[in-house]
Amino acid sequence: MKKRNNPLRLTLSYVLLIIIAVVSIYPVLWIFLSSLRPGAALFSERLWPEAFTLSHYGELFNNPSFMYGRWYLNTLKIAFFTMIFSTLMVTLGMYALSRFRFRGRQTILSTMLILGMFPSFMSMIAIYIILLQIKLLDTHAALILVYSSGAVLGGFIVKGFFDTIPRSLDEAARIDGASHLRVFTSIILPLSKPMLTYVALTSFTGAWMDFIFARLVLRTKENWTLAVGMWDLVNRYQDSNFTMFAAGAVLIAIPITLLFVFLQRFLVQGLTTGASKG
Amino acid sequence: MKQQHVPVSAPANREKQHRMTAAILSIILQGLGQLYNRQWIKGICLLLLEGAGLAYLLPRLSQAVWGIWTLGENTQRFVKVNGSTVLQRGDHSIFLLLEGIIVLLVFFVFIVVYILNIRDAYLTGLAREEGKKTLGAAASLRNMMDKNFPYLFLSIPALGVLFFTIMPILFTITLAFTNYSAPDHIPPAKLVDWVGFKTFSDLIQLKSWSHTFYGVLTWTVIWAVLATVTTYFGGVLVALLIEQRGIRFKKLWRTIFILPYAIPQIISLLLMRNLFNGQFGPINTYMRAFGLEGLPWLTDPFWAKVTVIVVNMWIGIPVSMVLILGVLTAIPRDLYEAAEVDGASAFQKFRIITMPFILFATTPVLIMQFAGNFNNFNVIFLLTNGNPLRGDYQYAGATDLLVTWLYKLTLDNNKYNMASAVGIIIFIIIASFSIWNFRRSKSFKEEDMIQ
Repeated sequence: MKKRNNPLRLTLSYVLLIIIAVVSIYPVLWIFLSSLRPGAALFSERLWPEAFTLSHYGELFNNPSFMYGRWYLNTLKIAFFTMIFSTLMVTLGMYALSRFRFRGRQTILSTMLILGMFPSFMSMIAIYIILLQIKLLDTHAALILVYSSGAVLGGFIVKGFFDTIPRSLDEAARIDGASHLRVFTSIILPLSKPMLTYVALTSFTGAWMDFIFARLVLRTKENWTLAVGMWDLVNRYQDSNFTMFAAGAVLIAIPITLLFVFLQRFLVQGLTTGASKG
Repeated sequence: MKQQHVPVSAPANREKQHRMTAAILSIILQGLGQLYNRQWIKGICLLLLEGAGLAYLLPRLSQAVWGIWTLGENTQRFVKVNGSTVLQRGDHSIFLLLEGIIVLLVFFVFIVVYILNIRDAYLTGLAREEGKKTLGAAASLRNMMDKNFPYLFLSIPALGVLFFTIMPILFTITLAFTNYSAPDHIPPAKLVDWVGFKTFSDLIQLKSWSHTFYGVLTWTVIWAVLATVTTYFGGVLVALLIEQRGIRFKKLWRTIFILPYAIPQIISLLLMRNLFNGQFGPINTYMRAFGLEGLPWLTDPFWAKVTVIVVNMWIGIPVSMVLILGVLTAIPRDLYEAAEVDGASAFQKFRIITMPFILFATTPVLIMQFAGNFNNFNVIFLLTNGNPLRGDYQYAGATDLLVTWLYKLTLDNNKYNMASAVGIIIFIIIASFSIWNFRRSKSFKEEDMIQ
C-alpha cells in the first residue's frame, strides 16, 4: 500500500540530494580549478579552465613575500602540540569529574560551564599583557599554552562519554587492587578510543584554524600561522593574487578534509554520545 | 570516600589537648602544628611554602593594593637632570592593575593553604588524642594518591584555567569600571581612573552609544536565532533524506555532504567572500548569464545579512547532519514497527517518533549552538568584517555582532572600557539563557542515572 507513492518520493529525494551535493561540492571544485588556472585574477568566464598550470603552487613556496612553507610548518607544530596537551588535560580532568564524587565537584562543573560562556576576547587584552610580561609574546609556545589550558572548558562532551562507561567495570578492577591510575590507563582509555579521536581531532583543527588569537600574539611575519597569512593575502592582494590564494587554500584544506572523511565514523560517535548524554 | 574523623566529644579529663595545641601552633606559623604532631617532612614542606609565599608577597602586597586602589599617581613626564631633559617613567595604570590582581590571586591561594594547614594540624591532633597513629610522609603521599586522586588530576588543568581564563576575565571585568579608552586615558602617557558604573550608563543612555548598542544587539539576536534554526532543521532534513529506506549510496552522500564541515572555516569563509564578490564573483557572473541583474551580496546592508545566513547554512548544516545521523541510528526499531502495525503514515511516524526523539537527544547541543552563534566571530569577521559600514553607528557595520563590535572597539579603536562593558552584557545574556535551559534539560538532572 505504501509502496505506491515510493517511486515519486524517491525521485524527489534523489533530485534534492543531487542539488545539495552540487551546492556542497561547487565551491570546493571552484577553488581547486582556480588554483590550476593560469593568470592571477579572481574573475573567469568559465568554471573549467582552458589550460592548466601548477605554477601557483610553486609560487607559494618561492615567492619571498609569502613564506607559505614556513607558515605551514609553524601551524603544524602548534596544532600538533596543542593536540597532545589538550587531549591529555581534557581526558585527565574529565575522568576525575566523571568518576569521582568529591567536595567541590558540582562547583567545578558549574564554574566550567559559566567560564565557557565568556566571550573569548574578554580575556584577550589581559592575556596579551601577561604574555608581554612573561616574555612569551610572538612565540608559538604562548599559543600552545593558551589553547591547551582553554581546552579543558570544552570538555563536557568527554565527561558525558565517560559517564556512559559502566561504573561496575572500574569497581571490579578496584576490588582486585588496581590503582586509580591503572584503572584509567588499562580500562577507561582503551574504551574511549572514539572519544579520544574526537578530542584530538577537534583540538588539532581548532589550533590549525584559529585566527583571532594567532593574529594578536604573532607579531612577526616569520612566526605567522597559515590562518593569519592567508587572511593577510586576501585582505591585501585579493584581486591580484587570487589563484595563488586558491592554491594555498587547497594545500591547507586537503589534509584536514582527508582526515575528517577518514575519521567520520569516530566523529559521528563522538558527537552523538556527547549530545545525548550531555 | 569520607576521610574526616567524626568529631567525638572528647572526655574533659583528657590529659593532652593535642588538637588545640597543634592548631594554635599552626596558626602562629604554618607547619609548626605538623612538627608538633611529629610529621617532620610535611611540617618542613609547609614551613618552606610559607617562607616562599611570604618572600613573594611581603614586598608586593602593599604595592598591589595601592596600585589597584589608585591606578597610579604619576604620569610620565620630562624632568631636568643636570641640564638635559629626560623622560621619567610614570605609573602604568594597566600594568599596576593586572599585577595587583595577580598578587591578590597568589595571596588568595596562600590563605587557602594556610587554612588547610590549620585544619590538618587540628585533625591530626584529634587523631592523636584518640590514640590513632599519625601518618608518616610515605603514608600521607599514598593516602593522597588514593583519596585525593581527583584533586591531583584536576590540579594542572585548574592552574591553566586560573591563569589564562579566570584571571584575564577578572581583569577585563574591572576594566569596565575604569575610563581606559582612547584618546584621553591611554597609559603610559595618561593615567586611568575608576569611574564606577559610568561606562554602563553611557552605553545605555548616551544617544550615540545606545543607538549602536540596541541596533547591534537586535541583529545579534535575530542572527543567532536564524543561524541556529536554519542549520538545525537543514541538518535534520538532509539526515532524513539520506536515511530514507530505498536511498542507495548512503555512504557516498554522507561523505559528499560532510565536505563543507571538513574544510577549515578560515578557508571556506575567505572563499565565500570571493564567490559572493559583487563585481567579479562567479555567483553574480552566472546570474548575469541568465539575464539577471546580480545582487550586491556583500555591499548592501540587507543582502549582506542574507549572505551571512546562507553561507552559515553551508558551513553549519553538515555539523547538524552528522549529529542527527548519529541520533537516528539510536532510535529503537520496534517503535516504528509498532507504529506500522497501527497503520501510521510516513509523516505520522516522523512527527510522533522521529522528531521528538531527535529533539530530546539534541536539546543541549541546540542550546550550545545558539550560544555559539551569538558569539560567532569567524563567520562575520572573515566574510563581511561587519561591513557594510553604517554612518549612524559608533564603530560598527550592518552585519556586526556584539562580539565583532567588541573586537573593533578593542583592537581598532582602543575603547577598552566600552568593550569590557559590552562583553559583560554579552556574558550576562548568554549565561542566564544557557543556565536556565541547561537546568531544565533532562541530561543535567539525570546525570547520575546513566550509570
